[in-house]
Amino acid sequence: MEVIKDLPEVFEEFAEQRKNSFLTVKELKDKGIPIVGAYCTYFPQEIAMAMGAATVGLCSTSDETIPVAERDLPKNLCPLIKSSYGFAITDKCPFFYFSDVVVGETTCDGKKKMYEYMAEFKDVFLMELPNSQREEGLKLWKSEIIRFKEYLENKFDVEITEDQIRDAIKVNNAGRRSLKRLYEVMKHDPAPIKGQDLFKVLYGSTFKFDRKAIPAEVDALVDKIEKEYAEGIMQEEKPRILVTGCPVGGATEKVIKAIEDNGGIVVTYENCTGAKSIDKLVDEDNPDVYDALARRYLNIGCSVMTPNPNRLELMGRLIDEYQVDGVVEVLLQACHTYSVESKGIRDFVNEKKGIPYISVETDYSQADIGQLNTRIAAFIEML
Amino acid sequence: MDYVGIDIGSTASKVVARGGKDLHFTLPTGWNSKETAMVIEDRLREAGVDVRSDATKTIATGYGRVAVDFADYVVTEITCHARGGIEFAGKDCAIIDVGGQDTKVILVRQGMVQDFLMNDKCSAGTGKFLEIMANRLGITLQELFDIASQGDVLPISSLCTVFAESEIISYIGEGRKREDIAAGVVDSVAAKVAQMSLRRELPEKIMLTGGLSESTYFAKILSDKIGRKVENTSHGRYAGALGAAILAEEKSKRRAKKNEH
Repeated sequence: MEVIKDLPEVFEEFAEQRKNSFLTVKELKDKGIPIVGAYCTYFPQEIAMAMGAATVGLCSTSDETIPVAERDLPKNLCPLIKSSYGFAITDKCPFFYFSDVVVGETTCDGKKKMYEYMAEFKDVFLMELPNSQREEGLKLWKSEIIRFKEYLENKFDVEITEDQIRDAIKVNNAGRRSLKRLYEVMKHDPAPIKGQDLFKVLYGSTFKFDRKAIPAEVDALVDKIEKEYAEGIMQEEKPRILVTGCPVGGATEKVIKAIEDNGGIVVTYENCTGAKSIDKLVDEDNPDVYDALARRYLNIGCSVMTPNPNRLELMGRLIDEYQVDGVVEVLLQACHTYSVESKGIRDFVNEKKGIPYISVETDYSQADIGQLNTRIAAFIEML
Repeated sequence: MDYVGIDIGSTASKVVARGGKDLHFTLPTGWNSKETAMVIEDRLREAGVDVRSDATKTIATGYGRVAVDFADYVVTEITCHARGGIEFAGKDCAIIDVGGQDTKVILVRQGMVQDFLMNDKCSAGTGKFLEIMANRLGITLQELFDIASQGDVLPISSLCTVFAESEIISYIGEGRKREDIAAGVVDSVAAKVAQMSLRRELPEKIMLTGGLSESTYFAKILSDKIGRKVENTSHGRYAGALGAAILAEEKSKRRAKKNEH
């Protein structure tokens, strides 16, 4: 497949993907295809895909429903949890509305307690995610994945075979390989495209229901970017930034914008819209599909794990491979695990990697854009 | 060549010129930063510095930095305060800048900004807090410091400026001494600034800049709270503008060198 459209147009299409999929989700529903909604990168999509269900991310990214959520949840809670709950309870999110089941995991304390309330008005399947990545944790996570499979089999009266799961693994791995190829274009120095545009594709692609279509589309985009780069179309040379921390999207894209409005360029995303959820593949050669899935997902380096060495491993690799000049960590207000872990990240970035680090705490409002700009501009002036 | 640094803060605007002419002045920012920038342009022209000329390089900084349309560069107040602070305190220091609407702690190592902290979303621990309380007590900022030094601290427990103001109103209602209330106000700001400063490991040399740096009394209270000497200087309010002027010189020389190659 060849991209004939101009790059900006392609980027905008990806940016619109979430909205466009609102219609697709209804069409799927009308065709009788089950919809499985999820909130987290730990969600083993392949199990739901194996039975022909469509999966969709439900994390909300706007402050629109936070006041309603605060009727039930404390004010001083992470905006992602409040907003997601708010969209759920007000039925304002079409993805949530059309989901036959919503899968949650015992990730952070705020989320797992919120799911208790959500279960009062929606089918919620809660998977018990271990706190650590030891062998015992792996055993538990594997049994949870099997329990989830059995739940789906009962609920939808289907059988999910290992061959179907294996096929789903192959489909998702192919998507991951292509998305990885895409973000790897940023290894070029100067970078070929803006970090904001890369983000549109990474984020938008998570709302594509047709997973099989991702590789061809993304590969064509990569080829086009590489071709233009070879012809000399590229960004100016700027301080190269790695973004890490809490999930980013929607309202919090203000941080990416602040970085790129103030003289920097985001060359890589370590958080769960970026490398964290794409970097590792599921082992296709492992004869035990459940073991393969459990290992792949449990090894995600999120701050809910203790200890959390995989985050440092990935971040260290990204800093080297993308010639990163500075690290910006996005902390959502009242996100305890990422906020506490930020000292460890700062020490790692400053001492082990010898580059500057800044953390910015923010929420889903637009009230702090002035301060964000000053802070991030000053940080980029340091580089 | 003239090098001009303009620091448009939320309360006061500070101007420093170096190179051809050496001068500095300050004026209230007022409600319109663009007009303030025009007044600054006129005053500089009267003093023989034409900011529109190619022989003048200007850096604007501070809250109103974008309003200075004749600036050659715009640089954040963090970088400018650090550069100016180095002139006062040397290449390895911490700079505590208590400004009109924000407070910054900047760590400088080998002449480079290494890290910084800023207050966000709250005016406690800033000059604005002092200004509001001084107004409530019917005195100027200078008088507030003067009488505070003669008072015993009355605790002000609220961190919110609006609630703290009501606490003060209660104290006034109870007929407490103005000196004691003033001492409480200064103590509360110093406590908030110290709290932020102590979130990082501080070097030996700590310098107070910004509008409050003229007050030796404030520097002393802050030193007590931080547990280390905080130095102050009568020209501390010019740190940002001075830094901007120096950066204007360094930047244009670097650029000229680059063009030679």
